[in-house]
Parts: sequence; C-alpha cells; structure tokens
Amino acid sequence: MAAKTIISRPIYGTLSPQPGKHHLFIADAEGALAITDMAGKAPPGFFDGAEIVFIAGPEGKHIAALEALKPAQLHLPPSFASLLPRLKQTLTNAQMGLRLYLAGTEGLIGQAMQVALEAGIDHTSMQTEHRGSLARRMQCVHCKGITENVTTQPATCSHCGLLLLVRDHYSRRLAAFQGVCINAEDRSEIPPMEEAFP
Amino acid sequence: MSTGTTKLDVVVSDVVPVNDLVTRFHFRRRDGELLPTFSGGAHVVVEMRDGERTRLNPYSLMGSPLDTREYTISVRRDDVGRGGSLFMHRSVKPGLEMVISYPVNLFSLDLRAKKHLMLAGGIGITPFMAQTAQLAGAGGNFELHYTCRTASLGTYADVLQQRHGNRVRLYHDDREERIDLDRLLSSQPLGTHLYVCGPAGMINWVRDRAAALGWPPETVHYEHFAAPQPGLPFDVTLAVSGKTIRVGEQQSLLEAIEAAGVDPPCLCRGGVCGQCETNVISYDGKFIHNDHWLSEEDHRSGCKIMPCVSRFEGKSLVLER
Amino acid sequence: MGITFRKETFRDDFTFRNSPEHIRRFPFPFHEDAYMYAVNIEPHVVGPKGSVLENLIDVDEHYVAEMQDRALVLAEDPLRCQSLPHMTLAGWDLLELLMEQQALGYPEHFTLERNGDRWRWINRPLGIDDTFTFGDTSTLPYGPMEYITRQSQGDFCILDQRDGNLWMDAGMVTTQADWSLDFDIGMNFFEWHAPVPLAHEKGIFTRALKFLTNIQQGKPARRLNWTMTINPRLDTSPENYHKWGPDRGTVTPENVGDKVHLRVELQSFWRLPRSNGIVFPIRCYLIKMDELVTQPKWARRLHRVIRDLPEELATYKGLTRYRPTLVEWLSKLDDGSATSPGFGPD
Repeated sequence: MAAKTIISRPIYGTLSPQPGKHHLFIADAEGALAITDMAGKAPPGFFDGAEIVFIAGPEGKHIAALEALKPAQLHLPPSFASLLPRLKQTLTNAQMGLRLYLAGTEGLIGQAMQVALEAGIDHTSMQTEHRGSLARRMQCVHCKGITENVTTQPATCSHCGLLLLVRDHYSRRLAAFQGVCINAEDRSEIPPMEEAFP
Repeated sequence: MSTGTTKLDVVVSDVVPVNDLVTRFHFRRRDGELLPTFSGGAHVVVEMRDGERTRLNPYSLMGSPLDTREYTISVRRDDVGRGGSLFMHRSVKPGLEMVISYPVNLFSLDLRAKKHLMLAGGIGITPFMAQTAQLAGAGGNFELHYTCRTASLGTYADVLQQRHGNRVRLYHDDREERIDLDRLLSSQPLGTHLYVCGPAGMINWVRDRAAALGWPPETVHYEHFAAPQPGLPFDVTLAVSGKTIRVGEQQSLLEAIEAAGVDPPCLCRGGVCGQCETNVISYDGKFIHNDHWLSEEDHRSGCKIMPCVSRFEGKSLVLER
Repeated sequence: MGITFRKETFRDDFTFRNSPEHIRRFPFPFHEDAYMYAVNIEPHVVGPKGSVLENLIDVDEHYVAEMQDRALVLAEDPLRCQSLPHMTLAGWDLLELLMEQQALGYPEHFTLERNGDRWRWINRPLGIDDTFTFGDTSTLPYGPMEYITRQSQGDFCILDQRDGNLWMDAGMVTTQADWSLDFDIGMNFFEWHAPVPLAHEKGIFTRALKFLTNIQQGKPARRLNWTMTINPRLDTSPENYHKWGPDRGTVTPENVGDKVHLRVELQSFWRLPRSNGIVFPIRCYLIKMDELVTQPKWARRLHRVIRDLPEELATYKGLTRYRPTLVEWLSKLDDGSATSPGFGPD
C-alpha cells in the first residue's frame, strides 16, 4: 500500500462507480481485483456502458473474473505501449461524460493518467486505486531519462549511470518520481542499495 | 473578501436603456487615461452613494478586454431588491462622478479547455459578452446558448448573433423554445468546459444534469457574485491607549486604529500572517471574522480578533491596544 | 546618470563582486537573531531610495552579467524555460508588466513606446531595439514570456489560478535554489512545496495560498526567502547538482570569507490582468561572507541565526557539510553585543 509521505506523492483511493453512462477502466495485474471489488457497489446495468482494458500477466490471471462482469468491451493488450494508439483514439472520439478508472501498479496508473491529461481530462475526476507492486518509474533530473520498475533505494539511472536518491516527489505530467544524484557532494560515498519498493 | 481593491475614479459617459428592464452604463476614467485591462468574466464593484447610505454592487464588465477606453455594465432593474439597481436606474445620469473597484474575476475561463460551452439566462448574458469577445479575438472555440423571456428582453442577442453567427443559439420562453440540455451535455468533446450564469434555478438545474451525465465538477463553472457589503460603522474602545474610535463604513478596524495614532504590528493586511492579532477585553455584540489565521475555537471564544480584515456589530467592544 | 553594469561571471572563474553601494543595499533577510518559517508576506510597495525596493522591479549593477549567464544556461538546457499551451496570454501580461516597470524605473536604460498594439522596446544595456505587435507571437523572436525574461533579472513563475489553487504552468527558471521547473511544471501550490520540511504542519502554505488567490490587480505583495551557496553560482539547479554539489565540500576556515555566499530571494506576487493568473518573480541576490561582515550587525546576527538553525532546515537548505566551519568563522566576529531590530545595517 503506497504510504503518504509528502504532499506531492499521489495517494490512491478506492474505485467507486461514478454517475454517467460511459465508463473506461484501465488496469494491470492485481488491478483487476479493484474492478471486481467495485462491481459489488455498482448499480445494475453499470457495466453495459463500460469498456475494460486489462494488461494481464503472463498467466492470464483475473481475465475470467473480468469477463464475468459482461462489460460492453474487454480488451487484453499485452503491454502498455501496445494499448497506447487505441487509447488515444478512444479519447479523441470520446465525449464529456466519459469517466475514467485506473487500477493496478503505480506505473500503469501514472502513464494512463498522462494520456488522459493530454486529452483534457482533469486528474481530480479520475478514479484511481493502487494494487500490487510498489515499483516506481523514476526520472533522472540530470539526464531526463526515465528508468522503469525501480525497486531499490538508491537506484542507478539506466541512461546515464548516476546513482540516484529515489525521492517521493512525484510529477503527474511526467508520471514519474524524481531521482537526484545521491553522492554528488562526495562521490566516494556509496550508500548500500536496499529493496524499498517491492 | 478582497481587502480593498484599488479604486478607480470614473465618470458616467453614457446611459442607454436597452429594453424595459435593462439599462446599460458606460464609464470612463476621470483623468482620461485608459482603464485597466481585465480578463473576460471579471466584474467591478460600483459604489452607490445614496444619501446617507452606501451600497456596493458587483456588475460584470461586458466590453471586450481588448478595448479599455471605457467600461460597460448592464443593470437589470429589480423592484424588490435592496435598492441598488433602482438607484442605478433612477439616479445615475451621464456626467455623474462615481467610484468603482479595479476588475476582479471570480468567473474566469479555463484556458486549457478545448471548447467553452456557455449557458446564459436573462441578465446572466453579461459576463459572456466579454468572454466571447476575448475568445473570438484569440481564435478560441466556444458556443453560447442564451435563454430569454422574450425577444425584446434578449439583451444584446442581435449584437451577439452579428458578431458570432451560428456559435450563438437563442431560446425564447414565450415561443416555448427550451434548451435540450441533456442532448447538449451528452454531445460535447472531451476537454469541454461548461459555464453557466443566470437565475439560481437555472444554475442548479444545469449543475444537477451535468453531474448526472458524468461531467466532473471541475469542468462546470458558475458565476457566484460575492457581494462585499460595506460594514456598518462601529465604535471601539482602545483600553491601553485610552482612546475611543469609530470605524467607518469604508474603513477597516486596523485602519481606524492607525488613524488614531496607535500602530499595532501588521504585515500582510490580508488576514493570514497573524501579526495584528489583538486581544478582546470585553464585548457586547457579535464578531464578523473574515481572517484565515485564528482557529474556529478562537473565533467562537470572542477573545481575539484580526483587525486588518474583521469587523464587529453591537453595543460595545474593548480591545487591548 | 544610470547604472554602471559590471563585467563578471557566475561560473568557472567566478569574478562576481558587489560594489560597496550594493553591499549596503543588500536585502539582508533577518530582522532578529533567529529564524523560523512564517507567512512573512507584506504589500509590495516602493521602499527607501538606494534600497532594493526603490523600484518594484529592481535592476542593478549585475544586470548585464546575469542576462549573459541566463543565455548560457538556456543554450545548455532549454527545458529551463517552459510554458504550457494555455499560458501564452499570461506571457503577454508578464511582458507588459516587466517592460512598463523597467522603463518606469530606469528610463536611461529602457524605453517603451506604445502605439495601439504596435510596441517598440529599447533595451540599451543589451543592445535591443525591437518593434512588434502586442499579442502576436509571430512578431517576436521568442514567445512573450521567454522574450522578456531573457531581459529581466531573477526567475519568473507564472501561476494559473483554478479551483481555488495556483498551478505552476509556465516559468523561466535559471537562478533557482535547487528545484526543477521541468519536474514541477504543472503542479499546484501544495505539490511544488511538498519537499519543504516543517512548514506544512504549521499551516503556512494553506494561509499563504488564501492570501495569494486573493491578490488583486494593482496590489502586489512580497516576501523574502534565503539560503546559502558556495561560490557566486546562479545556476544551482538540481539538473547540475552533480557539478556544483561537490563545491560544498571545499569550504575551509581560510576560504569561508571568499566562497560562502548568502543567497536571498526577493519574491513578489502580482495579479496578471488578461489571464487572471499570478506572476511570481524570484529575484536572487548574492553576497560573500567577506562583503557581508563589513556590516558588523549583520555579522553578529548571521552567526546567531546559522548557529541556532533547526537541523531539518539546515539539511533542507544544504548547509550541513560546511555549517560548523561557517559558524566557527562567524563566531570570531560576534562579541555577543545586542543587534538592533530590523533588517538594515547600522
């Protein structure tokens, strides 16, 4: 469970059904369970107007549970990158009244939110729920490269190689946490790397 | 709640009856300079000196922000209100010198919007006059739906249609023309922002339907005029300096204390820094707390007051100054 | 008469110096012998002649050198100046504000001629004479915010006011004390201040936000902020931290006076008329210890402030590595006598 440390660190809630007719869900891995949990609170017919986009793990867990909700559409892209063109097109054609629900890892939530922000959806109107891994996307403030799936503190930038303090300061626009060189003042200091975001 | 905007000395340059209910007023600066520019949706607060009584009423600026040689406002005559609009209609003539505030905007456009959808009812058309002029000047994407009781009461409808063509749709009550609100709200592209200004009933109806149809609250904007009232004058005894002062209508308690030669510590003059916090020794009446420094408990206790922004009504007030 | 502009550098050989007049006018930020956060906002009105407040937008002897340093920073890293698409109108507001204020305060150096929307701007120190159409970006070599802030000292953040909050949606940030515009752009008031220790619990930001969202046209406000820098380096960005960070370890008892600098930010807040946004200029002033202690009151007071500063604040301001050396050096100038209230030198 993502803990509140500083104000810019996003806090995720619990998905709850919003008024309106059209609902778009984007989830990965354990995020599917956030959707099925929410289904218990949804009014009858809620999923008739719902599209679910789900990146399952290699074992295809939870797909059946989502099928059982009988959404208007269920897509199963293999990765976030592959769902991107279709998502952008959906949002281009969408109308006001569409509600967005994002569930699963922080990286998935952040990247999906990034696309939605571009399309003109305000972040406060999106429902989010974190489930599963705490692994982070991190932007190196020095070279601007983004390193995926960061689980240690500190962490090495996968682009420029600097050793970075993985801060809790988070940017919605970049969908990443900030990484700052941890031993700039004294390069001989090399703090041990520990698992911090499993 | 603004702790006094700067004031503008103006003269009424024209008074134009628009229809049975609505009259338009034009103001120019007394010194002949350009008026301050503003953002569409802004209003000015007009001071009306009606004999002994001063009223302050906010009115939306209707003109284009791109041309500030004069300000124009439109006032709908309200025969049963507090009298401000009646004063304007009856007593304000060309040549009259008046004082207005600098523009203040509590109903601004969200410039991120991919489209601005505007709903106006009756005199609620006024802020949209300025906003449509601003957006048209910048190539913005907007659509205005305007309901009025009759064609003759469709203030500025002709002007708007001439300027903006089919981006303006009119609905006349007496011809049974109604906005098909659900259809309108279900067919807007993602990224549209909704603005509504008109009678309270219309605003509530639009907000309810928008929420039910899935519009997030951040995308629905409605004009709520915060009409600042001049405070009533009140007397205060300053126990430490042994003075009695009267706080005038147009004056803050802090200003009145300073005018008496007493100088409490102060900094922001806006109710947030805490510097002017003053202890109350005794009182008989009620406090009007407008600050953001004291706690709820402090407000209720009657033991403290922030003189830069707060006031008092009642028989007596003794402060530790 | 005008200002004599210095030729100096804020990197490499660090030839930056303050003239004696500029030492005395330095905005020393401590009015008492201790420091803690407060909502220290006050109306931004003109102050005494010869002080940094004699004009609401201050141009000083470092103007030309600072603008040259800015141009270098931007050439190396264009991400230091960004404006989200909806902020162009606010950029024009800022252009008008800075041109008017600089022409008003320093007519021997700047001239603004307005003819409807055809404007002519002359900036003699930088050799600029441009005629353009106000509101039409195609008639300027850069967007309006970038154009004017390349000619104005200090950083500038333009904030969009929405939903009772302020959003940092545009900025020119090349002289900052360690925060990244590229990372923070798009954040709201609480989010971009998230890393500041202690202040959130004290309710400082809630109150400050209430005040700022109520700022009206024609009534700007201001406050002071401070930190310390080793060498007179303007660009102490996180982007370059791995380049300037090591300087903090190079302070010795012999070089404190020359290397350790007090860095003060005069921040102001102005309502912008056409966009209804707020512009937040952050004007940076540097002074080395040797220059500062020529004013004995400042020497004594600074010693006490730095010696007694709470640990979290010292860490957040990056003083930890050299604080003991600095305090030791300043202690020699503190005979314990009283300091007069107020900021100014005696």
